[in-house]
Amino acid sequence: MPEIGVIIKVLFMVLVVMAALLPVITWVERKQSALMQDRIGANRADIAGITVIGLLHPLADVLKLLSKEDVVPAGANRVMHLIAPVLALVPAIIILAAIPFGGVYDFGSGPVSLVAADLDWGMLYILAAGSIATYGTVLAGWSSNSNWGLLGSLRGSAQMISYEVTMGLSIVGIFMVFNTLKLQEMAQAQDATFHLLGFLETFGWISHLPSWLSWLQVPMWGVVLQPLGFVMFLTCIMAENKRPPFDVPEGESEIVAGYHMEYSGMRFGLFYTAEFLEVPVIGTIVTTLFLGGWAIPFLSTQDIIGGLIPVFGVGAATGLCLILQVLTFFLKVIFMIWLQMQIRWTLPRFRYDQVMDLCWKIMLPLSLANIFVTGLAILLIQEAGR
Amino acid sequence: MSAAAVLFYVFAAMTVVAALGMVLNVRNTVASAMSLVVAMIALAGIYVILEAHLVAVIQILVYAGAIVVLFLFVVMLLNLRSDAFAVPRSRLVKLLGMVVTGWILWVFVRLLPGSLPAVKALPEGFGGFRDVGRELFTSFVLPFEVTSFLLLAAIVGAVVLAKRRID
Repeated sequence: MPEIGVIIKVLFMVLVVMAALLPVITWVERKQSALMQDRIGANRADIAGITVIGLLHPLADVLKLLSKEDVVPAGANRVMHLIAPVLALVPAIIILAAIPFGGVYDFGSGPVSLVAADLDWGMLYILAAGSIATYGTVLAGWSSNSNWGLLGSLRGSAQMISYEVTMGLSIVGIFMVFNTLKLQEMAQAQDATFHLLGFLETFGWISHLPSWLSWLQVPMWGVVLQPLGFVMFLTCIMAENKRPPFDVPEGESEIVAGYHMEYSGMRFGLFYTAEFLEVPVIGTIVTTLFLGGWAIPFLSTQDIIGGLIPVFGVGAATGLCLILQVLTFFLKVIFMIWLQMQIRWTLPRFRYDQVMDLCWKIMLPLSLANIFVTGLAILLIQEAGR
Repeated sequence: MSAAAVLFYVFAAMTVVAALGMVLNVRNTVASAMSLVVAMIALAGIYVILEAHLVAVIQILVYAGAIVVLFLFVVMLLNLRSDAFAVPRSRLVKLLGMVVTGWILWVFVRLLPGSLPAVKALPEGFGGFRDVGRELFTSFVLPFEVTSFLLLAAIVGAVVLAKRRID
């Protein structure tokens, strides 16, 4: 029954990201901001005097939001006002369907690929789903019949459309290097190592590399092959998320709370959830594209299973490998979440013209140059290999 | 009925309803634009059934995700009120419009069957980004590049026009 397998994969991914990571992230956000600002941070919410280092605050948040009144402002476009928060949240959830959180395993009854929707055009699907999220921002501000909201929507839509262009171009280099758009194939291609100076051999400049340079053997991860692409993609996707330093659509000191200022109760909660959910979702995308996905560095799948078979037998060895690689994937995702939090609490908000200049005048030309240089390098290596 | 047929009818009905919603919502520009988005997403569903995956995903990424957002952007900037399109028209103008539309429709229906180019049978499974991309950059490289020049000219033109206003 393939359908049951798909349902299990979807449930696993959604439960891990939405039920386990999401509440913890709101707690981490508070604790990290407290750390950066030399405070103690959230530690008061308790059940019968037990506070569990502030971990009950996410629960208290949700209870508060659910019990508040859901206000639709006078003169608002009611239908659009009610739809907008859903449009902001849904794209972030459906993106998870295309993310491979584990490799392809054979338990004797055909290969099992640990991705809910193993699409040939997986990365394009993610970009397309992300582009729909813009409507949440646009409609929220417009429908609330508020000038601050409208300003926030205008800023948000211009920012998100601009960064979508650069985001697409910044990962063309990754598509070229791995020669695929399928995310599972990308992750599998990164389950290998290569020598940083190997191109000297390929071009025939030296006959063979000296053995004392063997420590230059590195994992074939996207971040090693496309370092510029990694920096640009992370910048763009954080701008899409609209968290600081790219939070000009909200800009509290200028336009109060921007596009979601007229929202209250759980409808505001949906915007809040969407923004926080995008943090682990960004983590999964960046991990899959640039950090080797589920691959354990220096230990390929064949090595792990081959090493474990003499001890445990084929079935248990494959199962253990699956568990190890899924754990590796989520460890990398947690690292990416930490990195985003660190950036968010380190940099102050950019001015709006700086946000636009960064996109159109710096990153767009750089991403085009990156595509050209990558293409040239691939062509030269292919020619030398003949 | 196969699953593909059921999905086809669902998406086809969605497309028609959303298209009607777009035309009938003339007074409410944002609702009209959102109907257009729904129509485009439903069309993308039909493309997926036809295995034209690249067209489907570009349909959502470019048309639904970017172009209609720009429509909304303009609508919000102009801050159109619902009576902005209520231009009073006389009976004669309406009648004339119906006659001209009917004539164009008749010409279209009469010419359509003969004017379609002969359809070439595509290989099985054609429609992925790899096949379409290869065709675009080999058989159709000239139209492809000319189109991009056309777009570049349009962008430069728009910038020149907008800048004249600002200066």
